[in-house]
Amino acid sequence: MSPVAAAGRPHHTRRFNPDRDVEEWHGAYLPYDLIKEVTVALVVVVILVVALAVVFSSPDEKPVTIKSWSTASPVDFAQTAITELDGTSPTATYGPPYNATPGASQSVFGISPESFFGVHHPIDTANDYVLAPLRTLPDRPDVQAAVNAYTSAPAAQQAAWTAAYEKAVAKAGTGANGALTVPPGAYGPVGPIISSLTSMARSGALDGALLTSRQFYGTDYTKPLLFIADGTYLANLAQSQHLSGDQWGMMNETGNFPGQAWLWLYTLWYQVPPMNTSSSGDLQVWAIMMLLTLGLALLPFIPGLRSIPRWSRVYRLIWRQHYRDLAAAPRL
Amino acid sequence: MSIDTGTPVGAPTQPPDGVAADLPEDAGQWTAKLRRSAVTSLPPERLMPDRQPAYVASWIYVFGVLTVSALAVVIATGTVLAIMGPTWWHVSTTGLFVNSLHLWSVEVFFFTMIVHLWGKFFMAAWRGRRRATWITGVVSFVVSVGAAFTGYLSQQNFDSQWISTQAKDGINSTGAGAIFNVTNFGQMLMWHIVLLPLVVVVLVGVHVLLVRLRGVVPPFAPAEEHRTNPAGPSDGAESDSGGVSGADPVVVAGNGTSNGHVSTGHAPGREPA
Amino acid sequence: MRTVSVVTARLVGSLIDLNHPGHYVHWGFIQMSAANLVLIGLMVVVFVGAVLIPFRRHGGGDR
Repeated sequence: MSPVAAAGRPHHTRRFNPDRDVEEWHGAYLPYDLIKEVTVALVVVVILVVALAVVFSSPDEKPVTIKSWSTASPVDFAQTAITELDGTSPTATYGPPYNATPGASQSVFGISPESFFGVHHPIDTANDYVLAPLRTLPDRPDVQAAVNAYTSAPAAQQAAWTAAYEKAVAKAGTGANGALTVPPGAYGPVGPIISSLTSMARSGALDGALLTSRQFYGTDYTKPLLFIADGTYLANLAQSQHLSGDQWGMMNETGNFPGQAWLWLYTLWYQVPPMNTSSSGDLQVWAIMMLLTLGLALLPFIPGLRSIPRWSRVYRLIWRQHYRDLAAAPRL
Repeated sequence: MSIDTGTPVGAPTQPPDGVAADLPEDAGQWTAKLRRSAVTSLPPERLMPDRQPAYVASWIYVFGVLTVSALAVVIATGTVLAIMGPTWWHVSTTGLFVNSLHLWSVEVFFFTMIVHLWGKFFMAAWRGRRRATWITGVVSFVVSVGAAFTGYLSQQNFDSQWISTQAKDGINSTGAGAIFNVTNFGQMLMWHIVLLPLVVVVLVGVHVLLVRLRGVVPPFAPAEEHRTNPAGPSDGAESDSGGVSGADPVVVAGNGTSNGHVSTGHAPGREPA
Repeated sequence: MRTVSVVTARLVGSLIDLNHPGHYVHWGFIQMSAANLVLIGLMVVVFVGAVLIPFRRHGGGDR
């Protein structure tokens, strides 16, 4: 029961579907000045944007540096540093693309794209964050001796030292000029290693060392950023600004500024089970969002969903003048 | 170069304004073919029409052009920031002001784009071979979110530190983190000021050209109209019929070409009301 | 010159300072900043307004 297609060459005809097809307009055309419209629109937008910028300005919270972190919170820095040295930090146990930690990759239905693509930005936390920066210190034979003592010791001895230090540093404090003070114990060279690293951090030298470890003109901040993020200082600052994941922080901006409200659906999934507790939560959320985005793009092909505009009848408001004209026009 | 009125025998003619005479022997040329195809589908009066169908009469229709205008302001302010370099807005009050212009124009851009999306959804604007228009619109939205994201990453302040260290988990989980390293400021800045603006501009350009090509989607037919066509919609709800003339509905053939056929959805011209 | 720089500084500063801890709305499991809520609310208002406010055409007028 296909209707005859109008005129010309043979088409493959199919039933008219009001949610997919349309009869093109044969009615009246009225003057419409597009160029004037775009000019007015541009002027309106410029005025609006200038007004918003004048009234509200924009935020610019100073970045955290390894120096500012270790100065404000030397204990947190030392606690983070020891986990980098013994390979238990979030970065050290991350898996691809930073290292090949077994079982660390996220997967959905047995598929793990992370593992498939592998390690592309290798980070060896013990070496990159602790030992190599310390080796750059000139005129510090004591530090070099400690580093040598650590690297030449068997793995079991290293583990014993770091485990002991990790217990002790939880009770660490700060001394007279903010320097780290750790209760004495059997940590071997690990004590001097972490203390000198903390001093190096507080001087600002560690920021530079991590950024330019590969080349002079560094624009890749991966190493220092991951180190900072391994601690709690950055996260606490973010929490106070309502930027944490569980605070719907993805949508937010520092201060009282509007943020990225368009990320509402992406961040929503992080708040609901199972994504909010799953170790593969990130991949699950991405999979959901990719499906939904595909659904939005292919909406014209999806029966039911593409009927919502017709069912909801909002169009009757948009085109009310047109429907009034139709009702008033004499029937032919 | 002037043309003699008396043309030498055997020489092809070339009008003084350089417009080809479309000689039969040139018809096979790629240039001629492309030009003919472009001029046929988008002649000047369709590329820049001075008329729209009478049903284009609602404020909702201005949100597309508002979005494009906001994009223009985003690019203009971004250009100023690029001229002065990424550090400028941290150390200069004028720079901070330009950064504010850039940030707020982005907020206005997404604001108007989403209102435009809502309007187009409720108009079911994909009907009548306008699916590519809808799809390019959605893809533009998604790529714009990416462009804004790389912008937030390029701020070189606390916000970009937090965003990058958090977002890396999501992106790494998909495997994209192997190439797209959100903590690599240099890479993110280049994506933000070179790659993604190019893609957005191309997509928006295609999107707008598609609107010119197909015309603004006509309204749904009112429910009161009874179809005489036996292939009326099986659900008995709204069908579609055109204009004031109430012509019999014509099925849009899904694989028709834009050749002046009434079902292809382009605006025929300048008939008065 | 000083007047110009003072005026410019005033212009490029902000009249309303948003650089202080934000206000947040908690509704069930939803948490949203007041700023974002205002923005989204405005979008809905603008959309409804755009649909409802009559659009007068220059060529056609009120037919």
